[in-house]
This record gives sequence, C-alpha cells and structure tokens, in this order.
Amino acid sequence: MKAQSKFLIGSGIIVATLLALAYIGYTQSKTYYHTISELATLPAPEQHQRMRVSGNVRGGSISHRDGRIDFVLEEQGKSLPVSYVGSDPLPDTFKDGAQALVEGRLQPDGDFTAEQVQAKCASKYEASPTGAPIQPSPTPGQSMNPAPGSSAGKS
Amino acid sequence: MDIFGSFALLLALGAAVYAFAGGIAGIATRRPLLSKTARNAGMAVFGLVTLAVATIIYAFFTDDFSLAYVSAHSNHTLPLYYKFSALWAGQEGSLLFWTWLLSIYAFFALFLNRKKHPELMPYVGVTLAGVQIFFLTLNNFVASPFRVLGAMDATGAMHVARLSDGSGLNPLLQYYEMVIHPPILYLGYTGFTVPFAFAMAALLGRYPGEKWIHITRRWTMVAWCFQTVGILLGAHWAYAVLGWGGYWAWDPVENAALLPWITGTAFLHSVMMQEKRGMMKVWNVWLVFVTFMLCILGTSLTRTGVVSSVHAFAESSIGSWFFTFLAIILVVCLAAWFKNRDYLRSDNQLDSLVSRESSFLFNNLILLAACFAVLWGTLFPVISEAVTGNKISVGPPFFNKVNVPIALFLLFLTGVGPLLAWRKTSFDSLKRNFAWPLIGGVIAGAVAFALGFREFYPLICLILSVFVTLTIAAEFYRGARVIASRDGTNLLTAVGELTMRNTRRYGGYVIHFGMVLIFVGISGQAFNQDIQKEMNIGDTISIGPYRILCQNFDQPSTSNYSSDRATLEVFRNGKSQMMLYPEHRTYLASQVSETIVAVQSTPLRDLYVVYAGASPETGKPVIHAYLNPLVKWIWFGGIVVVLGTGLAMFPSRGAALALRPVAQPAWGESVAPGSAPAIAPIHRSDGHD
Repeated sequence: MKAQSKFLIGSGIIVATLLALAYIGYTQSKTYYHTISELATLPAPEQHQRMRVSGNVRGGSISHRDGRIDFVLEEQGKSLPVSYVGSDPLPDTFKDGAQALVEGRLQPDGDFTAEQVQAKCASKYEASPTGAPIQPSPTPGQSMNPAPGSSAGKS
Repeated sequence: MDIFGSFALLLALGAAVYAFAGGIAGIATRRPLLSKTARNAGMAVFGLVTLAVATIIYAFFTDDFSLAYVSAHSNHTLPLYYKFSALWAGQEGSLLFWTWLLSIYAFFALFLNRKKHPELMPYVGVTLAGVQIFFLTLNNFVASPFRVLGAMDATGAMHVARLSDGSGLNPLLQYYEMVIHPPILYLGYTGFTVPFAFAMAALLGRYPGEKWIHITRRWTMVAWCFQTVGILLGAHWAYAVLGWGGYWAWDPVENAALLPWITGTAFLHSVMMQEKRGMMKVWNVWLVFVTFMLCILGTSLTRTGVVSSVHAFAESSIGSWFFTFLAIILVVCLAAWFKNRDYLRSDNQLDSLVSRESSFLFNNLILLAACFAVLWGTLFPVISEAVTGNKISVGPPFFNKVNVPIALFLLFLTGVGPLLAWRKTSFDSLKRNFAWPLIGGVIAGAVAFALGFREFYPLICLILSVFVTLTIAAEFYRGARVIASRDGTNLLTAVGELTMRNTRRYGGYVIHFGMVLIFVGISGQAFNQDIQKEMNIGDTISIGPYRILCQNFDQPSTSNYSSDRATLEVFRNGKSQMMLYPEHRTYLASQVSETIVAVQSTPLRDLYVVYAGASPETGKPVIHAYLNPLVKWIWFGGIVVVLGTGLAMFPSRGAALALRPVAQPAWGESVAPGSAPAIAPIHRSDGHD
C-alpha cells in the first residue's frame, strides 16, 4: 500500500476516535440557555435538561435555609424561585438586585434547583464591568462551565 | 491633552493610509522611491502611536479625571505602577495598546529589513499598513481613549467636566502579574501579524525560493514565545488571584488565546517539511493565515460579547467592525492563494509511514483537530443558536475528552518524531533509538502501578514523559560523547558545545523538555483534593499530609481596601511548618471584594488556602483548602520553554558545519542520530538560517 493511503487511513481512525470522544463530551456537558419566560412554554422533555437561566435577584428575596439558599430571579416581569444547593459559598457579588446566572435543573413543581450561581454586580461605569464570580471547579469530571471570573484587561 | 492625543492618532491613521496606498502605488509603478516613502510612513506610525500612548499614560499619572477612560480605570490612591497598567484595563485603552504593540513590530520588521529583500518588503509594508489602518480606525472613530466627560451647565450648554476622583482600577487587576501578563499576551497576538505579512508578501509577490519561510519562521517563534508566556502567566494569575483552586477552565477567552498558539505550533513544525523537502507549501501558508485570523478572532471575542465570558469587556457594537475585518482578511487570503496557487506546488510526496514527514503530518493533523475542537466548543453557543435556535454551551468535559488524548499523542510524537529519519526509517534505527527510552518509560509505569497509581491518563502521561525525557537525554548524550572524545573535554562542556553548534535543533529539544514538565504538572490535576470547613479559633482541618490550625482572625486595612484575614498554622507530622494568611478584601473605591489566596508551593504539591467569607448560616468564617499536586512543574516548564526558544533563536556557531555530516545532523535533517549517515540526501537549507 502506498504511504499516502496508509497515512489517510491512520488519519481517518484518529479523526473518528476524536469525533466519538467529542460527542461523548458534548452529551455530558451540554447546557441550554433559557430565559425565564421561555421556561413555561418548553416542551416536557426539554424541561428536564440541564440549563442556565439568568435574571436579576429580587430585592429582599435571599433567605438562608438549612443546607440551601433560596432566592427569586426576575426578568421582564416573570419570576423564578431558585434553591441553591451547591457547597461553595456564593460569590461576593451575589446580592439584592445583582444580575445572576444560575445553572441546574427545573423541578416538577416549577422551582429551579441550582448547583451553581454566578453573579455580576451592576457596574457604576459602563466601561468597567466587574463580573467576578468566583466559582470553584471541584472535580474535572463535572459539568462546570463558568470560568473563574475576571473582567476587563485579560484577553 | 485629549486634543494632542487624538491628533497624534489621527496623524498615525494618515501615515498608515499613506503606507498602504503609497506602497501599492510603488509596487504597481515599480518606483523604488515611492516604496521607500511608503516604508518610512509605516515606520512613522510607530512614533505617532507612541505619542498617543504617552499622552494617555501622562493623563493617568496626573490624575486627569476629565478623560472618561482615566476616570473609569484609575483613582488618586492607585499605586503608580497600576496607573501604568490601567492603560490596558478597558476596551479603548487596550485597543490603543494593541495598535501600539503592532506598530512596534511593524517598525522593527520594516527597519531591520530596510536594506534587504527589495522585492518582498514593499508587500510586507502594505500588509502591515492594512492591518494598522483597521486598528487605527477603531482607535480614532469607534473607541477613542481620549473621550472627555461632558456635563451640562445651567444654561444647557455642554462643557468639559472633571470628576474629583475616578472609580479605581478593577481590584482583580491589582496584582503584579496583571502588569506584565496582558502586554506579553498582546505581544503574542500582535506578533503573529508579522509572519502573516511576510507570508502574504511572498505569495502576492511570488517571491522566489524559501528565504521568506526562514524569516517567517523566526518571527513566528518570537510571537509564539510571547503567546506561550502570556497564556501561562494568565493561568498563573487565575490560579493565584481568583481563588478557585485551578488555573484553566476552558473559558472562551482562555480558548481564544490558545487557538493561535496551537496553529502557530503546527506551523513551526510543518515549516520544516517545506524547508527540507519542499512539501506542504499550501498548508504552511494557510497555517500562517489562519493563525493571524485566530488572533483577530481572539481579540474580538473579548470585546464583543458574542460569547459570554466572565472575562469579557462590556458588550459593544465593535463586534461588527471586527467581523467585517475578519471577512476582508479571509477574502484577501483566498484571493491571494487562488491567484498564486501554482506558486505553492509541492516538490515531493510522502515516502513512508515511519518517517519524519509522517510524524509531522500526524503532529499537524492532531494539532488542527485540537484547534478545531476548541474553536467549535468556544463558538458552540453561537453556532447552535444560529442552527437550531437553542443556545447550547459545552463545558470542560467536552474539551477534556477531546484534548487529553490529543495532548498525549502529541507527547508521544515529541519523543518519536525528532529521531525518525526523513523519507524512511529502518527498523534497526528504530530499535537503536527507542529501545532504551521505551524500556525506561515502561519500567517507570510499572513501578508507579505497583505503588498504587491507577489513573489511566496520568499513568500514560508518566510513561510517555519518561520516554520523551530519555530520548532527549540520549540525543544530548550521543552528540556530546562524540565531541568529548574528540576534543578531550568533559561531557558537560561537550553538551554546551553541542548545543551552541546547532541551537535550533537542541533548543527545540529544550522546548520539548519544557513541554514534558508542563504535561507532568497538568497531569497532577487528577489527584487534586479539597476540603471546606467553618472554623473557629482553635479548630483544625486535615488535608493530605497537612493539618491546619486556625490561630486568629483579624481585620488589617489600608487606605485602598478593608480586609478580613485568617491566621493559620500548618503542621506536618506534628511539626509546625509555616503560617498562612488567606484574606478577603473589599476595595473602598469600587466596593468590589476580592479573595487573596495563601499558597504554600513545593515541587511536589501546593497547599492552597482560601478565606471563603463568612458562612451565611452561622456567620463563622469558612476556610477552603486545596491540595494541588505538581502545579509548580507547569510554571517551571514554562520557564524551560522560554529558555529553549531563546536558544533556538540564537545563531549557531559555524563550526557545526564541519562536524555535522558525521555525528550532528542538523535539527530536522536527514539522518536519525546513531543510524548510518548514508541514508537520505541532505535537502535544501543547512538546518538553520
């Protein structure tokens, strides 16, 4: 066999393996973005997917319970009750009125169970965004999208 | 001040336009004098942009809070060196900084070659000027750093306002590495413009011979080295400052910096195929083009909000500028290639699967696969939204699944590739070169397995690391032994002599060794541990071999920030080892909080302790401790890579020529060391330019 065809076969095997791995990785970590208003209209199978939802934390809604933190996210007049069950402390920027991104699953009762919360504080000046959610990544195997946050300047 | 700076930027744009238009006219009319004026205009851009940069720095140092940019990123109490780094803390300044670094590169590319390559340089000047026009347009009309704050007075007329104090620099950027990380990474990003300009010039001008590929390779090495250091500094900053215990999270912005690095690495390898065998010409040109486009893409990703990243600047309309520019570059590249594709015809074909050529081909194949996977994963939210209407993101499992096997295969090639002969490698030479390193690797793996080391990928990584290190050591040893016995010197002197005689080859080995160290460091991640606990004074936690005793909590504060701090004593085997002081600061000007990590770093493991704030339930302080094995190897490996790159760029000592046919085939030359020197003729260049 010619060297070139051997090389092509070898490449084919490598590429196929990588594609398979990529697909496995994709199914393990894909996360949907939804808005709060979309949640109600989602078809049933999609309601149970892992997803990210963003909104503003309703003032005064943060309450610390045993083993979890409850709060309400608001966006365009719609609201979503969220229970944060993760073990990591919430980011410094998480407070009333902050813009937050939660990741987790929707429960059958319509509440959202978040395993992760990122928050951005409303910035005083548009040119200096300070999104500094510090989200530890406990194990490499878990689905952990958000990076450690910095903001401007790092590129 | 603002008028002076704006004017300098406007003049710089004018000079760049002249360098572009005059350069094209010079090429078209074949008038050297016109080309010369265009070149001088190109160099003048540097001086003018420097004036603008100096102006904004002066404004920072003099606390000129009438400038919007200064008041948004500085305040009176900010230390001087951070006032300097505030230059690149925001959109406008960092774009100006980009332009400035590019103008420095362009200046040197034009100046150093002012008396050389008269056929090539006009094209280079035009290409560089084209890129500069784009960035200067942004600096002048889209994101000017010299915008002044306006306010309306009682009569309704606008006048310049001046704030009494600025809002301060983002505290996350108030860290010494943030003074050097962005410039170095930007030097990488901007640096790839120069190889792009040379490749484009050679293609457009149909420059004869392979000389341009040597020039391009050198400039690529410069940019590649900065990019490597920039990425590692960024990783180190994330590790040391952000307090999440890791250094890499596959964040879009990290990926953006990695992409051109990957294609640049691919180019630095495949370029040898062109130098020695006249193969892969189309491929190489496109690697350079793609690397440059990925640099522009990376620069835009941070600025446009296309991909949501916590690193990103405020969303802005600047994205459409960047994507238009990218489209223009792509069209120009395609047109230049299509028009001159016969210029890039290959001289040779692949002869054998077990050869240097095929190892380079595999190297390129999987580097490109890695690049594609990272790009795909980074842009997936955008792609999926466009195709299915659903925005879907993928996380680290996706990136790791694909890239870990790729990285290990690359590590394998790092050991094998350099020792394979060009064209075809005999079984005998395989046995001679690889038997001992392979045995060494397998023994190391077996010992580790017997000691209870069971993680699959780290085990493979260990075996390969030992294997590669041994092949590299054997290479140095074989060459040095010949010199030592001939000159009667000791082996160590001979190693130095050997390296200096062919810096490109042995520098390359040093870079490979640095990469091995980095791989070992990364594989340590598989053994990370962490523990989190609420602590009172007198409480302890245990992690790995350490026991941490909480001694005290206090509130040390300065004029810049207020702080909560824990005083922890670390014991090992019952003996006190050290004190750690993790902190949680709140900056007064911006009311932003920040975590100050306490790290005790040893070659074997890092003890990384974070004051995670007060527990919401009990109000007690929470301490989060991480044990991260081998992290230091990554930073150390980075230093080795830089040293190797410096070595490889250093000119070789001429004496190498006399000895080479016998025992010292040049880097990437025909004969595998130790094998009979008779196989395969020496092609083209002598291995270093």
